[in-house]
Amino acid sequence: MSEKPQTILEQMLAQGYTRRDFLRFCSYITAAAGVHASGLNKVVKALETKIRPPVLWFHFQECTCCSESFIRSNHPVITDIVLDKISLDYTQTLQAAAGDQAEEALHNTMEKYKGEYIMTVEGAVPTRDGGVYCTIAGRTALDIVKEAAENAKTIIAWGSCASNGCIQAANPNPTGATPIYKVLPGKTVMNVPGCPPIAEVMAGVIVHVLAFDRIPQLDGLNRPRAFYSKRVHDSCYRRPFYDAGLFVNSFDDENARKGYCLYKVGCRGPVTYNSCGIIRWNNGVSYPIQSGHPCIGCSEANFWDNGPFYQHLANIPGFGIETTADKIGTIVGIGTLAGVAAHAISTNIRKRRLIQEVIDTSAKEEKESSGKQEGGE
Amino acid sequence: MEKTIVNHSQPTEYYEVYVWEWPVRLFHWVNFFSIMILAVTGYFIGNPISIASISEASAQYWFGKIRFVHFVTAYIFVFNSVIRIYWGFVGNKYVRFNNFIPTSRKQWDEILDVLKMDVLQIREKATHSVGHNALAGFIYAIGFVIFLFSVFTGFGLYSAMTDSWFAGLFAWVVPAMGGDHAVRLWHHMLMWFYLVFMIVHVYLAAYHDYVEATGTISSMFGGWKFLRKKKQITR
Repeated sequence: MSEKPQTILEQMLAQGYTRRDFLRFCSYITAAAGVHASGLNKVVKALETKIRPPVLWFHFQECTCCSESFIRSNHPVITDIVLDKISLDYTQTLQAAAGDQAEEALHNTMEKYKGEYIMTVEGAVPTRDGGVYCTIAGRTALDIVKEAAENAKTIIAWGSCASNGCIQAANPNPTGATPIYKVLPGKTVMNVPGCPPIAEVMAGVIVHVLAFDRIPQLDGLNRPRAFYSKRVHDSCYRRPFYDAGLFVNSFDDENARKGYCLYKVGCRGPVTYNSCGIIRWNNGVSYPIQSGHPCIGCSEANFWDNGPFYQHLANIPGFGIETTADKIGTIVGIGTLAGVAAHAISTNIRKRRLIQEVIDTSAKEEKESSGKQEGGE
Repeated sequence: MEKTIVNHSQPTEYYEVYVWEWPVRLFHWVNFFSIMILAVTGYFIGNPISIASISEASAQYWFGKIRFVHFVTAYIFVFNSVIRIYWGFVGNKYVRFNNFIPTSRKQWDEILDVLKMDVLQIREKATHSVGHNALAGFIYAIGFVIFLFSVFTGFGLYSAMTDSWFAGLFAWVVPAMGGDHAVRLWHHMLMWFYLVFMIVHVYLAAYHDYVEATGTISSMFGGWKFLRKKKQITR
């Protein structure tokens, strides 16, 4: 950590870049953050005057796939962000320091940049049994999150684990895995869900915070609107097959070969908010649906419990394996019909005398009244 | 609850009561047809039949049409209910909201009596309210809450694919219920409620028509019910 913090412009010039390079970089990240070109002036100004923001990147209950995804970001190139434009002061996966040195770096940053640092969290936080299922340097994840969040300027939850619990929080959730926003009541936590999130989305979010000094516009689930406002379904290149009613029935049929819609084999595209269909993966090469596999909805809460992945309706727990709402509904419907039929039979038996009486009486009355009419003529 | 037995020693005389005014009957049938359309199209949306076709996707749009019909009918369903709510304030005494919420002792007694008659089948004949009996009214009140649940979940899902301000009013439902998948599952399960409701509702209407002989079924077409004159009824 340098003693005198440099602005991003100063730092670039010191490295031998020209101002033209700097402006090119500014327009690059403006586009990556999903900001309109008219916002370019603000970005330039911000990066001319702002110091490199220190970033604390925590890892808790997770598989590090978010980091793996992040370091494969191509737009903007990750090394530009991680090594040049932000000051990544603490991250278990990438840092050279270990043990006491690493912890010292963490605490120095929290002290020195109080209210200035960006806190990013990868992974859920276990809460059961006092949070003992995830500890770092002898302290629980819960403890660390709460301490770091106290003076963080911005809190970002990377991936589904930190945003909604993901597989750790799946039933029966033995460790009490909890998404970050739930253990930090009253704090704004930006959720960037996905298992993992798309690298360009992560990079876009970071550069937005970098350039504008605040979190981007969020939706109802605190996800950045720029990347999570549309369903995978809405940008799916197979959507015309959906509207035309052309579906894959099984993975080895003719329709699968033709590339029809995967809706009937359980595609979660219609219920999943993400940018996979637009940004795609691995430098825009492909994404699951393009590779012939239905979306499993990995950026949606409880996606793991909403299975099986290859059928559209979730199984209803408590009714045995492969029991969907439709199976239960059919049984209830048939049961109701049977009950109604039994009731109708019972009615005719039990009320037979009464009905017979009414029929007799009306017959009598009809005879009487017709008799009167005849008599009157 | 007075128990009534027809005195068969003299001819039965009836009088007519105009129970269901035309807006109520219209509501009922529009409601019926919209639920039928919503249930059928909704079932296909959840579980589409696969039509093998040799024509290109650009040449057909049947699934899009089914969804379109579902969405249009949903609007009809909602605004039809709005009209019914309005009529609950200005309509005759049989359609007012106090028929639906059992608040008085009399209504609770009637609920018990209807249960005896419908479930245990132990009452021979009883005089219930001319309009909805207290139990039916109460079930419709619960049904109305379920209508609302369908509307909220349905328009919540729809809000993601439209710019309509009306659907936008329900956008908060999705995050509140934990995502589209959960909302969708609830919305789908509710369809089975309507199916069961319809079976029981139609059967009980027929049953009461049969054992009470007051013209229950025809009243939803013509509005009239037929009641025996009191003097011919002995306690």
